[in-house]
Amino acid sequence: MGEGYVVTSGKGGVGKTTTTANIGTALAMLGYRVVLVDADIGLRNLDVVLGLENRIVYDLVDVAEGRCRLRQALIRDRRLEGLYLLPAAQTKDKTAISPDQMKELCAEIKKECDFVFMDCPAGIEQGFRNATAGAEKAIVVTTPEVAAVRDADRIIGLLEASDIRSPLLVINRIRPRMVRMGDMLDVNDVIEHLAIELLGIVPDDELIITSTNRGEPAVLNSNSKAGQAYRNIARRVAGEDVPYMDLENGEGFIERIRRMLGLRTG
Amino acid sequence: MIELLQRIFGRQTSKSSKNVAQERLRLVLMHDRLDLSPQLLEDLRTDLLNVIKEYMVIDEGSMDIDLDHDKECVALVANIPVVRMKRLPSN
Repeated sequence: MGEGYVVTSGKGGVGKTTTTANIGTALAMLGYRVVLVDADIGLRNLDVVLGLENRIVYDLVDVAEGRCRLRQALIRDRRLEGLYLLPAAQTKDKTAISPDQMKELCAEIKKECDFVFMDCPAGIEQGFRNATAGAEKAIVVTTPEVAAVRDADRIIGLLEASDIRSPLLVINRIRPRMVRMGDMLDVNDVIEHLAIELLGIVPDDELIITSTNRGEPAVLNSNSKAGQAYRNIARRVAGEDVPYMDLENGEGFIERIRRMLGLRTG
Repeated sequence: MIELLQRIFGRQTSKSSKNVAQERLRLVLMHDRLDLSPQLLEDLRTDLLNVIKEYMVIDEGSMDIDLDHDKECVALVANIPVVRMKRLPSN
């Protein structure tokens, strides 16, 4: 029986979909069977981030309404065995499915895999309720900005009022240089306000943009710092004890040159 | 100028934008967590009024009930002009 996670944030644009794609891919790299569910009905984009957009035949609403079987709608990733996507419907809206249907669907998916991740839409309306319905755990994504932390706080309140206990925090897009200059909230500032367990910290990384352009999650790129951070997070999700990434002692001059030349760094 | 130098050397000044963000975040979360919607405040106002009206005649038009945000705390401030006391039936 698989574990169900909802990846949520309240605010849009903080990296929910990127986080879902990367944690899922990294877990599949570790050998787990993972299903990623795009719960953002009407605005699907997890398929694009994963590079699977051309292979969609059926979607989540088709399964919920019985037009196809779950197996037919799941898209298997060609790069990694054990990674599947259940895409959202693009032409419907959030009311096309109810939280109860979602719960039922997730229960069916969990029978087939080790982890299910629901990529939640922004907001706190029905899309959020649908995405959380099938999950028993939650990953809250935020960035070190006032608006994002505020929305994360609201989401944590809503999660705790539902059946989901002890949500986990991912702080995304940290810029170590700005933190050092006193121009960005640091990890401790954010944790102090939100008071939930930290699952991981992810540095801001241009390779996230290039990997999204290509439809290849950054965890597949050994040069990506964000990819490394997400691989660490995946191992923590799998129960390993992995130390947090040291963002302060970023790469030195030599490492930077090596990376520019495309050489792998330690 | 000093601030600029401090920034160049990576020292945080009290006016660093991080500290501003930190303070704004603290206040906004304090406010959010009170979870006092305008409707709730209106209900509180009505209930308060009903209780007070049993004891005194007040000027409802110019009364003012609101949450006051201080730097350190939040206070419920009510300014209710009293027209006169009601004569309570003596026991």
